[in-house]
Amino acid sequence: MSRRDRPRVCALALACLLIAAVGLQVVRDRAYAQGASDDRLLYVSSGRVIEKLALSYDAVLADAYWIRALQHYGHEHLKPEGSKSYDLLYPLLDLTTTLDPHFIIAYRFGAPFLAEPKPDGAGRPDLAIALLKKGIGATPDKWDYYHDIGFVYYWHLHDYERAAEWFKRGGDRPGAPWWLKTYAAVMLVRGGDRHASRFMWQQMAQSESAWLREASGRRLMQLDALDQIDALQRASESFTARAGQIASSWEQLIAAGVVRGVPLDPDGAPYLLDAVSGDVGLGRDSTLRPLPTEPAAAPELARAATPPTP
Amino acid sequence: MSAIRHIAVHVFRESVRDKVLYNLVLFALMLMGVSYLLAQLSAGQEIKIIKDLGLAAMSLFGLFIAVFIGIGLVSKEVERRSIYALLAKPIRRQELVIGKYAGLVLTLLVNISVMTVAYYAVLGVMAWVNGSWFKPHWEAPALDPALLKAIAMIGLQLMIVTAVALLFSTFSSPMLAAALTIGLYIVGHFNADLKNFETVVDSRPVVYLARAMYYVLPNLAPFDIKAQIVHGIHVPAGLLLLNTAYAFVYIAALLAAASLIFTRRDFK
Repeated sequence: MSRRDRPRVCALALACLLIAAVGLQVVRDRAYAQGASDDRLLYVSSGRVIEKLALSYDAVLADAYWIRALQHYGHEHLKPEGSKSYDLLYPLLDLTTTLDPHFIIAYRFGAPFLAEPKPDGAGRPDLAIALLKKGIGATPDKWDYYHDIGFVYYWHLHDYERAAEWFKRGGDRPGAPWWLKTYAAVMLVRGGDRHASRFMWQQMAQSESAWLREASGRRLMQLDALDQIDALQRASESFTARAGQIASSWEQLIAAGVVRGVPLDPDGAPYLLDAVSGDVGLGRDSTLRPLPTEPAAAPELARAATPPTP
Repeated sequence: MSAIRHIAVHVFRESVRDKVLYNLVLFALMLMGVSYLLAQLSAGQEIKIIKDLGLAAMSLFGLFIAVFIGIGLVSKEVERRSIYALLAKPIRRQELVIGKYAGLVLTLLVNISVMTVAYYAVLGVMAWVNGSWFKPHWEAPALDPALLKAIAMIGLQLMIVTAVALLFSTFSSPMLAAALTIGLYIVGHFNADLKNFETVVDSRPVVYLARAMYYVLPNLAPFDIKAQIVHGIHVPAGLLLLNTAYAFVYIAALLAAASLIFTRRDFK
């Protein structure tokens, strides 16, 4: 082999060896498959310790924990119902926000998913509130956190007085939007009225954050679905009253001229009509399932809404 | 003055010959790769994460250069015995120390400058991909000029670390100098704890000793303004000025100590 050929031979040998290494890797993986790495490992649980160890690299570590929180949520979200567990979501977000106390998205992303009932969230509104209060500790004038705490009290805990108190506190922050104070009044007067819910979700749908807009859009579709289900339920009941029998299919209602066609929910899936009870609900394949548990109307509203008995 | 300049240029050229500037390629590749990956992973936080990562990488790469070249500045000359030829020339030992320091600082500054250009270029591309230079939910614009403040503080911090490495290089072996420099760098980020030692210890002498160490050891934590800048939080000009003044005074003290040790050192 001449000296001129040597580099070429080396390059060829290198390429062959790399291909062989990849081949061996593939064969080994097939023969002795390794378990997936344990993404449920937290490594370090104390935010204070990791903050010290990070020296001046705490912001980068916060980013790493933020990405892990997203991956954890996404990974669990894709699991089949019954096997989802978001138990690492709070520790990961807590670490993220300890390392970077001004990481706004971590508080605002974390709280809704911590508060969301299982199986779509961790079902821990208490932790959502704790996380947001931590955010207020770092940035006391950030009205968004007050708004989000109020929303958790309103939507998940149905505690309208506390919700009103937090909305009011948020409205008092410098730069807070005008509508935040109106939330407080709406809470106290109208409680869990669906119009109040729609108003709030519409405001959230204006958010600059794409994921918040997306989540709000889905909620608004669910509220529309609830309205439609109520209307269809009334139609089904009026048919029962007229025909003296429960409607067993949409075809029966279409033939009777009660509905024009098989009704579809806002995401395009057909509604389900229970043949036994005549109850209307979302189809099994509807992407809007499960519908939210609506906050109950405030007692004053419930009284006002109840027609006086003759 | 001319001797210092010649030595500094020589150190810079040597660093270039030692392929120190190759880390710039690594930096640029890392930022570009990470920006592509983050677009899929970070739920709209890619600009923030690239800012964090870029500043951290500048600091970390600079630290490696400061420590691993700084520790060899003098000791390598002694090991190679080229120190005898140098000292035979009409150069004062202090000039040699200061010239070596200036050369490494020049290397670091060139590094940081090129990294800054690459950093802004990547941020510019990301902003372009996002279709906006500033979005309402970003806390600061993508091409925020305030990032230069954080970069300047990183530069000052690295200049202190270089001076520490040079000081240790004048009297100890490279390995020991590296360990001591990294140790001091870590202590430099922890030493606010020394100031409040009375909260964990009752003994007054220990508290006074801790407080004395707090003032004598380099305090690097105040130079870390990366997170504030990335979040668009105002950093007072007074802090930047005091940091700058502290860095120059502390570096002068370290160079004085290094010159003193080097001047008294016997190379027989």
